[in-house]
Amino acid sequence: MTTSPAPVRSAFRVVPLRSFWVTLGMAVMLLVAAGFTLTTGDFAVPIGDVVTAIVGQAPPAAEFVVNTLRLPRLLVAILAGAGLGTAGAVMQSLSRNPLGSPDMIGFSMGAATGGVTAILLTASGTVGTSIGAAAGGFATALVILLLVGRHGLNGYRLVLVGVGISTVLMAVNGYMLTRAVLNDAQRAVAWQVGNLSGRNWEHVTLMVIAVAVLVPVILAFNRRMSMLELGDDTATALGVGVFATRLVPLLASIGLVAAAISMAGPIPFVALAGPHLARRLTRHPGPNVLPAAVMGALLTVASDFAAQHALPVQLPVGIVTSVIGGVYLVALLIVQRRSRRA
Amino acid sequence: MRKRLAGLLLVVVLLLVTVALSIAVGSRFIPLGDVLDALGGSGNPDDVLTVREMRIPRTVLGIVAGAALGLSGALMQSLTRNPLADPGIFGINLGAAAGVVLAITIFGVTAPSGYVWFAFLGSVLAMLVVYGASAGRAGTNPARLALAGIAVQFALAGVVQALQLADRGALDQMRFWVVGSLANRETATLWSLAPFFIGGILLSLVLARSLNALALGDDTARALGAGVATTRILVLIAVTVLCGAATAACGPLAFVGLMVPHVVRSFTGPDQRWVLPFSMLLAPVVLLGADVLGRVLARPAELQVGIVMDVIGGIVFIAIVRARRVVHL
Repeated sequence: MTTSPAPVRSAFRVVPLRSFWVTLGMAVMLLVAAGFTLTTGDFAVPIGDVVTAIVGQAPPAAEFVVNTLRLPRLLVAILAGAGLGTAGAVMQSLSRNPLGSPDMIGFSMGAATGGVTAILLTASGTVGTSIGAAAGGFATALVILLLVGRHGLNGYRLVLVGVGISTVLMAVNGYMLTRAVLNDAQRAVAWQVGNLSGRNWEHVTLMVIAVAVLVPVILAFNRRMSMLELGDDTATALGVGVFATRLVPLLASIGLVAAAISMAGPIPFVALAGPHLARRLTRHPGPNVLPAAVMGALLTVASDFAAQHALPVQLPVGIVTSVIGGVYLVALLIVQRRSRRA
Repeated sequence: MRKRLAGLLLVVVLLLVTVALSIAVGSRFIPLGDVLDALGGSGNPDDVLTVREMRIPRTVLGIVAGAALGLSGALMQSLTRNPLADPGIFGINLGAAAGVVLAITIFGVTAPSGYVWFAFLGSVLAMLVVYGASAGRAGTNPARLALAGIAVQFALAGVVQALQLADRGALDQMRFWVVGSLANRETATLWSLAPFFIGGILLSLVLARSLNALALGDDTARALGAGVATTRILVLIAVTVLCGAATAACGPLAFVGLMVPHVVRSFTGPDQRWVLPFSMLLAPVVLLGADVLGRVLARPAELQVGIVMDVIGGIVFIAIVRARRVVHL
């Protein structure tokens, strides 16, 4: 789980070769997964028809299935996954903590509380839920940052405070479920686990806007964040504004998390595992924003495919990522302990 | 010694006061005189029913579950040498929850006395995984423990939520169970669980001396004649029995086991022969206190004690983390 201290010069190379190939490979896999998602289902659509449906000349049934049912869902999965991967990469880099992802430190739970509140108290639709989730995410982020303090961003205090906050919020969510009518409770639970079913073009549009605005901001800070990983003093000596380099990408990534959660619910672990896996594959220091984004999208799309087709019943995607992610984390802890003992 | 005895006296007084409050205070207001009449069996039949059939069983459950959770928290912290160990963080709660959901959805169990075994099984499995993933030679590192706990909770929460979504009936039953409450639990459940509570409590108290030896390190403990492996296994059994029974009776209640031993150690020191009994007496004070608070805060409705505990406990947890560098015990 440690980032190896790679030679400094590699942080300044424009595109490291290995990162390039890794990212390209993941992108190809993403494309394949997307192809499977669009063709497979109760109504199988051959890949040729998928292409023509998107271009606009397929048989009406295929066009409906692809353009109305599967494509929006796929695009939301890709965009939300990419957003979560990016945000996780930024937060892990800034906190110098491989666990500093939004789900571990409670942002996601805060967004979930906001969303559930919106669903249960205002009985609102997509937009209301989104606003609630965004408000909840930002408020929780603020509280955590205040509690952790300036120097607590790196190290385990952040994670532990996040655990505390998450527990409180989980209780709040549980309480609201007990006060709700069963139907509303069911809707809230379905949203709360992270769900991509029934996404439409409205979701896609909102997600495109969030990603298009926020990801470039983060990419612009990519190099400066890499230098920050060398330590605040070194970064300052290299002419990097430490405060702005922390604040701007952090706010942008909280925005991305809020957007992803409001469109798809809090899909757990993508923001944690996406950047983590990406970094392992590229073996490159720095936040690895782009590889993390592609990995996040790939994980989300693949998990959603599994959620739809692995079992006879359809599951929400969040349950798949939650179970896989939990197992992954436990395995990681065990492997880490073995290697340390050896 | 004098400090400990004074502490003991204080804790006993506190316990009596909270028990009195728990019987006297409720979401429905009954004047104190009427409560006393009702206790004796005379007075307004409604009051008699409320006090004798609802508040007293609830209070008894609070005492027993609190004692069990306080003890198991102290045992866990001692065993893992980790100040953040707690049934909640150990994944025991969600393990039990997953067991209960499985019982409801797949095996069609409806009575809490039937949940118990599933709750036990779930909590044992979850605890073994978390302990296995976080334990090292020198005990568990606090952060690794918290992480392993979270990881297992994520995985189990996924399973629980999947089953709840698939089965409306299960969601309806579970959403009330899963927040943790002392209210409206059947007296029969308490009776069927009594042997577990009693056995677990006795076993823990017997283990105090061995735990003291274990705290000196495995080698020293062996030299002192304590069976290291046996002690560990017995502690795990005691913890599982106590937590499993408490969870089966009240639903998952986090943080009781975390906070109480912290407070206790501050005036008893690390001697388990004092920490364990004190935790056993102080935990019901905290749990009943939270329960009474929940009845008063949301009048005329009630806040379930699990929610009150989570909010208070989460804040205390953060305070512990912030107050000092988290150290190994």
